[in-house]
Amino acid sequence: MKAISRNKWLTHFVLIAFSALMFYPVLWWIGASLKPNAELSLPSLFPSRFMWSNYSDGWVALPKYTFTYFYINSFKLNITTMLLTVISSSLVAFGFGRIQFAFKKVWFSLLLLTIMLPAQVTLIPQYAMFHKFNWVNTYLPFIVPSAMGGAFFIFLLVQFIRGIPGELDESAKMDGCSWFGVYWRIILPLTKPALITVMIFSFLWHWEDYLGPLIYLNSVSKFTVPLALRMFMDTQSAVQWGQLLAMSLVSIVPQVLLFFLAQRHFVEGISTTGLKG
Amino acid sequence: MYQDSVLEGGKTVKRARTAKLKNHSVSNVAGYLFISPWLAGFLFLTLWPMAQSLYYTFTDFSLLSAPKWIGLQNFQEIAQDRFFYNSLKVTFTYVLTSVPAKLGFALLVAMLLNQKLKGIELYRTIIYLPSLIGGSIAVAVLWKNIFGISGFINHIVPLFGIPAKNWIGTPGTALGTLVTLSVWQFGSAMIIFLAGLKQIPSDLYEAAAVDGAGKFRKFVSVTLPMLSPVIFFNLIMGVISSFQSFTAAFVITNGGPLNSTEMYALYLYEKAFATLHMGYASALAWILLVIVAIATMINFMASKYWVFYENEAGGRG
Repeated sequence: MKAISRNKWLTHFVLIAFSALMFYPVLWWIGASLKPNAELSLPSLFPSRFMWSNYSDGWVALPKYTFTYFYINSFKLNITTMLLTVISSSLVAFGFGRIQFAFKKVWFSLLLLTIMLPAQVTLIPQYAMFHKFNWVNTYLPFIVPSAMGGAFFIFLLVQFIRGIPGELDESAKMDGCSWFGVYWRIILPLTKPALITVMIFSFLWHWEDYLGPLIYLNSVSKFTVPLALRMFMDTQSAVQWGQLLAMSLVSIVPQVLLFFLAQRHFVEGISTTGLKG
Repeated sequence: MYQDSVLEGGKTVKRARTAKLKNHSVSNVAGYLFISPWLAGFLFLTLWPMAQSLYYTFTDFSLLSAPKWIGLQNFQEIAQDRFFYNSLKVTFTYVLTSVPAKLGFALLVAMLLNQKLKGIELYRTIIYLPSLIGGSIAVAVLWKNIFGISGFINHIVPLFGIPAKNWIGTPGTALGTLVTLSVWQFGSAMIIFLAGLKQIPSDLYEAAAVDGAGKFRKFVSVTLPMLSPVIFFNLIMGVISSFQSFTAAFVITNGGPLNSTEMYALYLYEKAFATLHMGYASALAWILLVIVAIATMINFMASKYWVFYENEAGGRG
């Protein structure tokens, strides 16, 4: 018994040390966002005086637009793509999960392959194509692809749908329910937890997406929060690190909030399909 | 034997049921209608662009004018491009250091968390948090500050006898800061490992204990083989995604100093969107695809020797 409890203490000790090491940069970040610039090089967590002005000044530091504007941009874009992704992915997943049709296996294998395809291969021709459509500097290069479902999300939902007993939709079909009726009335309500997982991860990925906006958005009026942060970093000759760190910290609040509100969905989503956070 | 027959019985029942289901569930029209959003995306946003991209590799293309056929010239130039070799070296160094370190930490911490302990949720949350935010530009900003010349790291390292320096501005250490950032995000791999560890039946450990196996022996003979499919999954996905790593290198070091952090994806981006050499960049993209495919294939082939799937167990045991 004694050995076991000593072991537990040791485990706790290692875990606490690990967590502290991992978490220290974040704690420091919180403190640093309130520090005067002169104290930013110190490892101490607490500022000598609290510079709340880092937040209020940082928020309006960029010319012409405040961060309010960029947050509205980001939310508008990300909520749109999130809703389109979840609707299209669930429709496609229902098709793969429940209906038998010719060449289904082939299409599904191709779907899985696209998950592993490096994005760089399609990046340039997609850009050339959207450029031709005059979609550059609009949100269409994000919105249109999201209406076509995400391969990873489709895979996750197919797995989930396959776990739902087939008797339910069988009997509904017998009663004359259409395929869409089965999808809408039976499968959709039952996949709710998985749909929430899809929405969360779709939002998170788009929220922090940097390469896409970097390539497609050139006017500041269209900028999302990540681009605004980058502009903040570049435009000031002597970077106001305190303000910059404060604004960066604010930008991850939606992600962290979402995580704490829906922790269960996170853990399930990651552990069942290997979704990356 | 008994188990086998039960299993087979289950299979036949299942087969019968799917056969019945099949009569009702075959519908080409409905099936294609439901998958049509993805199918359209696959054809117009993946397959067609891939074909175009392949064509661009043989052209001189700047977006402003139509692509001009130049045969293999892009590839010939790439073969002599020292920045290409440099980016390969940087990327391979990055992949070969960050992926094993990440998986190692993830496995270690998952093992520690896979027992009845108080406060597991709290540990898990804290350790996962960096994975949640680590890919964002916000964290890149944080990293740029911490490892800069006036970053707080320079107040800590002298305690260990390491001289203070500008970690991001020094060729020898800049890539290390990016690897550190990647390893810091081992939390999501850890959660996948934790889920895998929970699947290992406890009677295997009990049987090993009866046979007199110690802790290390249990780890080698039970945990590792049973977890190997999950390790394999994490390895494949980790390798594929770190070959494409972009944001951190772009924001924190922008490829410098002296190109010491010019990752492949970053070099490709510069060629395509800074200098508009889109044919050249397409060729780079296809080389990346081939490299990733070969790496994945090697992983799959090697997996025969170390990945253990349970349904083979009957034959072996």
